[in-house]
Amino acid sequence: MYGGGNIFDEIKPDDVAGEDSIKLAEFEARIDRGEKIEPTDWMPKLYRKQLIRMIEQHAHSEIIGALPEGTWITRAPGFKRKMALMAKVQDEVGHGQLLYSAAETLGKSREQMIDDLINGKSKYSNVFNYPTFTWADCCFISWLVDAGAIVNQLANAKGSYGPYCRALERICAEESFHLKYGHHCVIYLASGTQKQRDMFQEAIYRWWPPMMHFFGPSDKISVHTEILMKWKVKMDTNDNMRNQFLDMYVPKIWELGFTIPDPKLKKNTATGRWEYTEPDWDEFKRVINGGGPCNKERLEVRRIAEERGRWVREALRAPKTEYITPLA
Amino acid sequence: MNHEAIKELLYKMADDQLILGHRNSEWTGFGPLLEEDIAFSSMAQDKIGHSLALYTILHELGEQDPDTIAFTRNADQFHNTVFTELPNAEYDFSLIRHFLYDTSEALRFEILSQSSFEPLAQLAIKVRGELRYHTMHANTWIKQLGSATEESISKLQKSLEYALPYALGLFEPSLYESKLINEKVFEGEKALEEKWKKKVEEVIAQTQLQLPNWKTLTPHYGGRIGKHSEHLQPLLDEMSEVLRIDPTAEW
Repeated sequence: MYGGGNIFDEIKPDDVAGEDSIKLAEFEARIDRGEKIEPTDWMPKLYRKQLIRMIEQHAHSEIIGALPEGTWITRAPGFKRKMALMAKVQDEVGHGQLLYSAAETLGKSREQMIDDLINGKSKYSNVFNYPTFTWADCCFISWLVDAGAIVNQLANAKGSYGPYCRALERICAEESFHLKYGHHCVIYLASGTQKQRDMFQEAIYRWWPPMMHFFGPSDKISVHTEILMKWKVKMDTNDNMRNQFLDMYVPKIWELGFTIPDPKLKKNTATGRWEYTEPDWDEFKRVINGGGPCNKERLEVRRIAEERGRWVREALRAPKTEYITPLA
Repeated sequence: MNHEAIKELLYKMADDQLILGHRNSEWTGFGPLLEEDIAFSSMAQDKIGHSLALYTILHELGEQDPDTIAFTRNADQFHNTVFTELPNAEYDFSLIRHFLYDTSEALRFEILSQSSFEPLAQLAIKVRGELRYHTMHANTWIKQLGSATEESISKLQKSLEYALPYALGLFEPSLYESKLINEKVFEGEKALEEKWKKKVEEVIAQTQLQLPNWKTLTPHYGGRIGKHSEHLQPLLDEMSEVLRIDPTAEW
């Protein structure tokens, strides 16, 4: 996981005004040719800024995303699930590490990024501001939130910034295992006892609205990001990615006999697009801005972990003190 | 070959691995830096995997299947040391426990790679390779933090003094010591303890930490015969929380 629904600032026309027009044209020509931009290459300030923002959000989403699933490691039912979930969540933390490194190539240190996460300046995927009440919630994340992230990440892996694309290729390979694991867990719930089926059905009711939010605000209301798409920072529109997800997974959920809490949800066979009740974007904004059920808890955990670990990081920086035998 | 003696040995090893693996996994998402988060998670996976392998041997000896053994017993039926069930507390205690425990574990499996009980010897040969990375990790960190800042040295020293009596509980003699030794299944807890002390001394000597005189320490025994602290039952309740929702279900 867990990129998706990145929040971009509105871009003003003069954001690229100060750039050297020849260099900018060369830069854009390279991107058009499908070349990758590397850390030491020339790039517009706006490109650097937006990439840092996007990769950083993605990295934060990985480490915050480890929390709602991580809390089920100690409760996972049986050896098989326990070991798989541990490995999965560890992968997510590893993705965070990989992505912080990719963002660092653009000039912002990991420490600064983590500080900005804790002080609320940078965001992470909204979906992790919701609680996992049951094992089925955890299975929903492993299967469907990961599935959504894969849609997003496969698109982004074709972007223009070399280090991010390479990180995403590695991440996507691991994600495909997560998806299989999540799907396997859900199959067992779906084909299990009534209690198990009910658990997953309730998880769908709880998680469907945040899942629809996952890909970010509708194209009708989201900020203009044409230049980011031209520079291959953003690879597709939010609605296109949401549509792709629905196309791949709604039939699978229905096939298992579960109900999705949206009476309008259906595929328009003429347009090939999915129709659905417009998600509540006010709720989305409220949660992004700190008003979700778990925002405080997630950041508090991160803050405490950072604070409790400070002495360790300081000790790593300190040179070893050698023991010297007293002369007398 | 005395199966009761072997089972007792397998149970205490498997339970130690399971319980400490569980504790290590609690660091997921909370480590002092991402790299340590990932390292503790790796070690947790290894430990839980080792416990599964040991429970599988027990199952082959006629005990119940691994999931039943691991997830349905009560605290007084567990044979792990109290040392492994203590809460993680701060990173300094977790690190010291990791160092003291994994040093003993690596030596135990090294010894068992010569065991006359073939399934255990085979497993030990496989596991000891993984454990080299655990002890390498522990030693690197103990040497760095045990010689870095005043704060890191004093935190580790305090945790070391607190942990040592519990760590000695790892070598609580079993009722079957002489049987296991005579049948060349295992060299015995006493022999392991001596090797462990030497190894611990060797690493601590490379730091600013001080080992107390071994003679002044009283080992914390009891875990091997089911006498546990108040921390084990809640851990087990949490571990079986989902399974208990519907014990007849497959998850």
